[in-house]
Amino acid sequence: MSFLHRHRWLTPYLLLAPGVAFLILFFVVPLYYLSYTSLQEGTVQVGYTFTWAWDNYSKAFSDYEEQFLRSLEYAGIATVAALLISYPLTYWIAFRGGRWKNLLLLFIIAPFFVTYLIRTLAWQNILADDSFVVNALQFVGLVADDGRVLATSTAVIAGITYNFLPFMALPLYVSLEQIDKSLIEAAKDLYASSTKAFLRVTLPLSAPGVIAGTLLTFIPAAGDFINAELLGTPNQAMIGNVIQSKFLEITDYGQAAALSVILMAVILVLIVIYTRVLGTERMAG
Amino acid sequence: VTAAAEPQPLPRRRVSLLSRAWAFVRRHTLTVFGLLALAYLMLPIVIVIVFSFNNPAGRFNYTWEGFTTEHWTNPFGPPFLGDSVATSIKVAVLATVVSVILGTLVAMALVRYHFRGRGATNLLIFVPLTAPEIVLGASLLALFLNLGTALGFWTIVIAHIMFCISFVVVTVRARLVGFDRHVEEAAMDLGANEYVTFFKITLPLIAPGILAGALLAFSLSIDDFVITNFNAGTTETFPLYVWSQAQRGVPAEVNVIGTMIFGVAVLLMLLNVILSYRRNPKGAA
Repeated sequence: MSFLHRHRWLTPYLLLAPGVAFLILFFVVPLYYLSYTSLQEGTVQVGYTFTWAWDNYSKAFSDYEEQFLRSLEYAGIATVAALLISYPLTYWIAFRGGRWKNLLLLFIIAPFFVTYLIRTLAWQNILADDSFVVNALQFVGLVADDGRVLATSTAVIAGITYNFLPFMALPLYVSLEQIDKSLIEAAKDLYASSTKAFLRVTLPLSAPGVIAGTLLTFIPAAGDFINAELLGTPNQAMIGNVIQSKFLEITDYGQAAALSVILMAVILVLIVIYTRVLGTERMAG
Repeated sequence: VTAAAEPQPLPRRRVSLLSRAWAFVRRHTLTVFGLLALAYLMLPIVIVIVFSFNNPAGRFNYTWEGFTTEHWTNPFGPPFLGDSVATSIKVAVLATVVSVILGTLVAMALVRYHFRGRGATNLLIFVPLTAPEIVLGASLLALFLNLGTALGFWTIVIAHIMFCISFVVVTVRARLVGFDRHVEEAAMDLGANEYVTFFKITLPLIAPGILAGALLAFSLSIDDFVITNFNAGTTETFPLYVWSQAQRGVPAEVNVIGTMIFGVAVLLMLLNVILSYRRNPKGAA
């Protein structure tokens, strides 16, 4: 006690030490080992040795370019779809929810209360060949009469959209809810139409929510493999499917690690570009 | 109002009817869209609950075959299912306790002290939240493989603590930011020492934040599949059990347990919403 009194500057470090040490040991150090493994050669039988095997990287690109591009494509489409569904929904809750706001918000996070795998399996039921949803889509003509939804890229993208939608909706809601309603009224007093008031006031003010939401949706979506596995076929395999099967089934550790490092790097680069572009645009506008 | 009283030529009346209909649609499209979006979010949940009462003819619980409460009377009937749920609960309790202690200490240091390395600590907390789960899982596996650690119960617990810490820090920090430190100073002025002040004043005031962090950590842990899948060895948690059954046909008892988890989570959230209404009847949390 008296020691602490004499060395007050130590207190924050003592509070931090256990948590930070844990994260360094089991988050930072593992990332080092992931890169280390990505340059190893070998098999389970003879063991793995570090040989600066850059080959793992060049092969990862040439062999799995298709799955990489597909992951980015599916994640991109799902992110846009989630934005198009979430924006009006959260706008409605934030501006028209009144005293029911908290209850309506509960509906948005409710999917999280059902185990991820179980709710994805529920989409198997919903999109199965003779389900009422597919029958309805066939009736409207959106799906051919002998067409199917399950085991197509549509099913995988639909699953990803649903599973990560709350990541989009929550930050959107937070930024919409914080908007000072009198600003919109002021715009209308100054003879802006509803559309113009929305485009010039509401939309720019909700931009932080849009940015956070799209990032929080896109990142996990690009690394996902559960939707492709449960709702698709090998033709819809994403990079996550390749990584998990190489690590856990084929035990091709070197290349699996190389693929993970590339995925992480691609996502980091996209985040930087994305925030730069949007950041400068907002400064200009 | 006046249109009905004054006799008017027919075409003008039709225009006003059309424009009124248009106004009605415009006024309510947002509500209609919001309700449809909520229905979309609820659909898989309803399916999970409904199919927990299904009486499937074969192994696949896809199509509705008839009502039965059989699965509810013995939800842990199928082999290994009960064990996997028990393992999941043990892991979640351990991960929650450890991550809440470590995370709360880090949050206190970050909010209350200015110290060298604050930015780096914030980054260390933030990055695990944005990294794709598959990279977190793969890098931990790379660590354990290189160190020759046997995979099993404890490697799962370590993985879960790792990804829960950041969520706890963020949740508790949000609560600490709005903390009035004068209350603590008052306690000290009245002769309480630092420990008494912490346990009698600080802890009760930040308890809701800690509780929210604990609930979040527990639900993240019990739901996690991707990271667990990489670090489980032969140990089976509930999501891993569901995954292993997915190809052969998931037993309806899985829906029962999914419904139970959903029910408990909804009850807790409703309690939270009701408490926040009590504190602030206008509905702003």
